[in-house]
Amino acid sequence: MNVALAKTETGHALSDAFAVARDRLPGAGKVAEARQQAFEAYERVGLPHRRIEDWKYTDLRALMREVLPLAAPPDAAALKRAAAALKLHAIAGVRRLVLVDGVFAPGLSEAGNLEKGLGIRTLRDVLGAGDARLQAQLLGPENTDSMVALNSAMMTDGIVIEVADGAALTQPLHIIHIASGGTPAAMFTRSLFVLGNAASATLVESYIAAEGAKVYQVHDSLIVSIGDSARLDHVRLIEDGREAFNISSSQVTLGAKAHFNTFGLTSGSSVSRYQATMAFDGEGSRVETNGVNLLNGRQHADTTLFLDHAVPNCSSREIFRAVVDDRGHSVFQGRIIVRPDAQKTDAKMMTRALLLSDEAEADNKPELEIFADDVTCGHGATTGALDESLLFYLRARGLSEKEAQALLIQAFVGEAIESIASDSLRELAISAAQRWLAARG
Amino acid sequence: MAAVQETVDRVRRIDVDQYRYGFETVIESDKAPKGLSEDTVRFISAKKNEPAWMLEWRLEAYRRWLTMTEPKWARVNYPKIDYQDLYYYSAPKPKKQISSLDEIDPEILKTYEKLGIPLREVEVLEGVVRPEGERRIAVDAVFDSVSVATTFQKELKQAGVIFMPISEAIREHPDLVKKYLGTVVPTSDNYFATLNSAVFSDGSFVYVPPGVRCPMELSTYFRINERNTGQFERTLIIADKGAYVSYLEGCTAPQRDENQLHAAVVELVTLDDAEIKYSTVQNWYPGNSEGVGGIYNFVTKRGDCRGNNSKISWTQVETGSAITWKYPSCILRGDNSRGEFYSIAISNGHQQVDSGTKMIHLGKNTTSRIISKGIAAGVSQNTYRGLVTAHRKATGARNFTACDSLLIGDKCGAHTVPYIEAKNSSALFEHEATTSKISEDVLFYCVQRGLSQEEAVGLVVNGFVKDVLQQLPMEFAVEAQKLISISLEGSVG
Repeated sequence: MNVALAKTETGHALSDAFAVARDRLPGAGKVAEARQQAFEAYERVGLPHRRIEDWKYTDLRALMREVLPLAAPPDAAALKRAAAALKLHAIAGVRRLVLVDGVFAPGLSEAGNLEKGLGIRTLRDVLGAGDARLQAQLLGPENTDSMVALNSAMMTDGIVIEVADGAALTQPLHIIHIASGGTPAAMFTRSLFVLGNAASATLVESYIAAEGAKVYQVHDSLIVSIGDSARLDHVRLIEDGREAFNISSSQVTLGAKAHFNTFGLTSGSSVSRYQATMAFDGEGSRVETNGVNLLNGRQHADTTLFLDHAVPNCSSREIFRAVVDDRGHSVFQGRIIVRPDAQKTDAKMMTRALLLSDEAEADNKPELEIFADDVTCGHGATTGALDESLLFYLRARGLSEKEAQALLIQAFVGEAIESIASDSLRELAISAAQRWLAARG
Repeated sequence: MAAVQETVDRVRRIDVDQYRYGFETVIESDKAPKGLSEDTVRFISAKKNEPAWMLEWRLEAYRRWLTMTEPKWARVNYPKIDYQDLYYYSAPKPKKQISSLDEIDPEILKTYEKLGIPLREVEVLEGVVRPEGERRIAVDAVFDSVSVATTFQKELKQAGVIFMPISEAIREHPDLVKKYLGTVVPTSDNYFATLNSAVFSDGSFVYVPPGVRCPMELSTYFRINERNTGQFERTLIIADKGAYVSYLEGCTAPQRDENQLHAAVVELVTLDDAEIKYSTVQNWYPGNSEGVGGIYNFVTKRGDCRGNNSKISWTQVETGSAITWKYPSCILRGDNSRGEFYSIAISNGHQQVDSGTKMIHLGKNTTSRIISKGIAAGVSQNTYRGLVTAHRKATGARNFTACDSLLIGDKCGAHTVPYIEAKNSSALFEHEATTSKISEDVLFYCVQRGLSQEEAVGLVVNGFVKDVLQQLPMEFAVEAQKLISISLEGSVG
């Protein structure tokens, strides 16, 4: 009964918020119509709960309770706090594109002086200007998942990146989401990455909080279209504040002979969920999708990956690692579907969880759905504690218990990090993991 | 070559749709009026001469059932079942009061003979030359809604083992039944279990007293004969401290164009140091090659390792039924208790299988093992769905799961949906799953050595399922091996 009550209450609060925010949301005509439909779709379900199979382990009605009102555009003070946070997380040699409280911050970004073949615009601009082709892609996601629908209804800003056919970008692009730490609020962003045929690029996404940022909600989505024979390297790092919520989705489509290498690391936020759909649209393509959850305290992190093998001769590899301490709760749901005509599919998925405390919890759901016979598909899952004999071996050689644990944990997550193709990005992930280990003491 | 001749003979013996047990026994039967209402429940209870508490129990379940909705999460599709268009009770009309096996309606005896189930103890006992070490099996034969015969009762009584139809046990051993019935699968457990609680008509009851090793295998043979009838049997097996029992279950039904419902509940309880081994060969009518007819098999099976060091082992060979919805589970409550699940699920034609297990680790140092082999052919869908969970206090819980699927042909589907939940750091879970088709190289190798394509597939499949077959009692293993070759015939190419 309580659940139903909570739903209507927050439901009302949110419909009001949507009505109030509508003027601030970019796009008219078709875009506004799509927003309305998406919002209605969200309202029919509300926040997802454990009775919805895909959200079985991440009951947002219990964990998040309500969607916060739309964040105000950042003022000068907010931008200043964001700039300070940015300094701490700056990566050398990348092109920075910064969203503060869900709004593009040109002052903090490097959106000018673009390489040949690279185009960068904001979502606000694209939705407002009536660019039909890009708009169609941005409005592509269906409203079946209520959190995606909510994002479609409320998206305020984001980055729209286009890479022309044949362009090979040398400089990685780095989208940074910063919560500036004003009043508790929600930010809704959506970005689009269109990679042309035979093009190549590197995209880094990170989520950070300025000092003093406490309760806030990130509702993000990313739409990626990879052209034939193109290659995209992608890394996402969730280092949000410890009271934050991060609900992100991504939808990736691969053309023929394309290659997508993606890695995600979650060490921040109180509750996070990353749901990614990767669909093969052309033959001979390859996906490597790896991830690591590093959790402690009462953190809850959910990674849900869906690989859609719709065409023959594609391959996919998934390696996922979770390290859970204290009362942390890690969730991994991996689903591989091999559709009837997708012969010669080669798909593998391996998920492993390491529990460091008796109150930690790891839930794994590696799912295979196979409709074609000439395929090789496999998945594996293990859950356990650190190996006592390995710990003893290291202790016997003079390492402290924490050092010994840290070494073993590093090796454990190393398998997932290793697959990152670019050296500098791998370093980025390793240092994020080390930060987590160092914080453990 | 002998093998070839054997295959040819087998093909000749079976009809186009390859189901051997599709015949119907013409016999007058006593039925409850069609449909389901409180009156139906009262009718069944009265037919069974049940005490008042049992009727209350049923009615409570029935009232709860009215408030429930059919589960939709399984990967199976079927038209809506009209629960008012079924007979919930059907019993062969007794010609007179039966006092010994010889007085059973010869039609029924013939049916079981045709099925290869020995009901005449005499024949069993006087069997000409018995190979050394062959075991005897006590059989409880359930025909539609009632148990028609239970063999070897005297001998079992001497050992102290109670093996009788559950309807009799309710009258004769009410304390035992009251103590255990519904404690593993509560009446409110799920839609089909609740329906079963309201209308179950018969099934087997086994109680093995402390320290007793049941002197023979116990077996129940279920047969649905009547048209438009649902079979709702309920089995309750209790192994008291230090007891051991091995129980076998077999099922067949005639070939009909309409779908029939089978919603059973099986409850197992093991106390300290006890062990139950439960084996099933399920061969209900699967429907014809067009997907018409067949049994809907919605079964709730669960074992409760209540005592320390107890063990429950499920072995199943699933080849029949149009739809299978079945998850034999183990609740590992006692410390050091062990659960096992060995399964071969073969689907062909239009069959849909959604089966698996649940291993719920509650006690300390509990272990479980899951070996599941799914084979899909034709246009069938075969899903393994399993849950392994360790609760906070389940220190030292261990699980190993291997679920492999084999696809034969490109129109079928094989799916794996495991749920692995660890809430204790000392729990160690391993899970692996693979899906593949039979390797061309392996087939070529066999064919090159003179096997036909079909034999080669049979050989590979038998190798594939070997781990599970080894767990079956010998009598069943032979039967299961035959079943496997029959289910797969015609699926090559």
